[in-house]
Amino acid sequence: MQSGIVMIAMSVIVFFGVNVVGDPIDMLVAPDADQAEIERVIRDFGLDKPVWQQYTVFVSNAFKGDLGTSFIFGESALKLIVERMPATLELAFMALLMAIIIGIPLGLYAGLRPNAISSRLIMSGSILGFSLPTFWVGIMMIMLFAVMLDWVPATGRGDTISVLGMQVSFLTADGFSHIVLPALNLALLKISLVIRLTRAGVREVMHMDFIKFARAKGLSANRIVMVHLFKNIMIPVVTVLGLEFGSLIAFSVVTETIFAWPGMGKLLIDAIQQLDRPIIVAYLMIIVVLFVVINLIVDILYSILDPRVRLQDAAN
Amino acid sequence: MNTPNTLTVKNLKTHFFTKAGVVKAVDDVSFSVKPGEILGLVGESGSGKTVTGFSLIGLVDEPGRVVGGSILLNGDDLARKNEKQWRELRGKKIAMIFQDPMMTLNPVLRIDTQMIEAIQAHEKISKQAARERCREALVRVGIASPDERLTSYPHQFSGGMRQRVAIAIALLHEPDLIIADEPTTALDVTIQAQILYEVRKLCSETGMSLIWVTHDLAVISGLADRIAVMYAGRIVEQGSIDEVLDAPLHPYTKGLIESVPSRNKRGAKLYQIPGMTPSLLNLPAGCAFSSRCSAKQSDCLVATPEITQLGEERQVRCFHPVKQEEMA
Repeated sequence: MQSGIVMIAMSVIVFFGVNVVGDPIDMLVAPDADQAEIERVIRDFGLDKPVWQQYTVFVSNAFKGDLGTSFIFGESALKLIVERMPATLELAFMALLMAIIIGIPLGLYAGLRPNAISSRLIMSGSILGFSLPTFWVGIMMIMLFAVMLDWVPATGRGDTISVLGMQVSFLTADGFSHIVLPALNLALLKISLVIRLTRAGVREVMHMDFIKFARAKGLSANRIVMVHLFKNIMIPVVTVLGLEFGSLIAFSVVTETIFAWPGMGKLLIDAIQQLDRPIIVAYLMIIVVLFVVINLIVDILYSILDPRVRLQDAAN
Repeated sequence: MNTPNTLTVKNLKTHFFTKAGVVKAVDDVSFSVKPGEILGLVGESGSGKTVTGFSLIGLVDEPGRVVGGSILLNGDDLARKNEKQWRELRGKKIAMIFQDPMMTLNPVLRIDTQMIEAIQAHEKISKQAARERCREALVRVGIASPDERLTSYPHQFSGGMRQRVAIAIALLHEPDLIIADEPTTALDVTIQAQILYEVRKLCSETGMSLIWVTHDLAVISGLADRIAVMYAGRIVEQGSIDEVLDAPLHPYTKGLIESVPSRNKRGAKLYQIPGMTPSLLNLPAGCAFSSRCSAKQSDCLVATPEITQLGEERQVRCFHPVKQEEMA
């Protein structure tokens, strides 16, 4: 219900917003085209109608699963985006995985030993991760690991294999070497975020009475950290990671551009440059759907992690 | 009266090493508890009673440390234990019940998880057998339909029920000593009375010793066998419950007793001890209570009074103990 309203509002904002900027006709027709030619193109794309009519056409088509046809490619916008989606999804998942695998242990460590020098190093490192701009880090990483050390290729996606109908690259050696750098670049900010969240959670929960009570029961430090502490700090981490995963997909634009990663973000950038309105609108609509789905998944994870949430749901 | 003590604490010192200086939260505290005996440890906030409790179970948080004295549990000195040995003792030989039952159980773990792990921390026992023991423990503290309760989460329990569960967990290994840190303060009065009744019963049944930390003299008077009054990190008076409550020797104890509301004093203004607990960071020279004491004399400001032993169990730390005829 709520998500339905979000999608309607979003479609209005996006559709009318896109119609305000620039005139795609200048881009689409050859500079030497005559007036008749120009008018034919305008009519073909339905741009002669008033904006609100264009919108109703868009909505009625959208319900049939047609989000418009690209001005540039002449193909269905939805199809173009879905074709590029696996690459972006793969990149985003990889980045999310890195954020979890690297971020949580470091955050735990820094939280449990707040005064150790290594913890202070981790925390200052995370500030760097926050503040350095993604594009700059990306370029530096290419410089260091691809150009100077020549460990991994600089750009592109590498070999892919098909898994469940999706082309994925991280399962092939060549593909994996291609994905490591862009994924790390994309993950850097999230790793810092996870470190800080985990650490803050640890610092807070460790002082709770129930941790002391668990120690008074004679439990081992391992059991206290891995069971009593971990389940409690996972609640904020899952919330934020869920939201951030959406932004990983939506805003992988920068990383995809730098590493020439053939994903949705690159498609979007090209579409914006060429004022390919249907692609932009379709892309943003898909992102909205993604966010709604991700929020749903986060809510489900919540009820698994936190029994108190489950009770409220039952009461409602 | 020559039964060996369960617990003998001698000259216990727990200090907190803060940036502002050393806080002597527990300073030269000695007391003992016999099997089956209930000792009330009484004092205001900040008197060091809770830290004393945590020292006895080895859970003093940084920057605090037990810096001196001995804690003999059945003759075994706990002050010399390392962390691993402490872990084996906690829950097994010494258990603790905390003040706020809303906070002592982990909100995201089921009751059975939290109880079974407490058993398995000390015994190699199957989950099934452990579960059966948890069930019995819940029955013992008066929880109805224990099977259903075992699979519940803490938030599905009331405060009193949670405290019962905490007590059940403390009882799982039938420890020699239970430290209860104001366990009824957060509960309402009827629940408090039930819990007190049951704790008393359990102590006499099992022969466990209990240290009941509280600021509430009314609770202690119906519960404890002996009482130790703490002030500014020291025990200022100690003795059997009747002796101390009927004939307090330290002016502080007297003040505490007089500030308990009672029916006989209806309508009269309730007595308050003037002033507040001094900062433990820089205690004044002489007796720590001198600035609030009505019986203060010049020598109180010069030296710290030593413990005066009066009879086998009675002791007081004061130069000018209250003379009994003064008590109405």
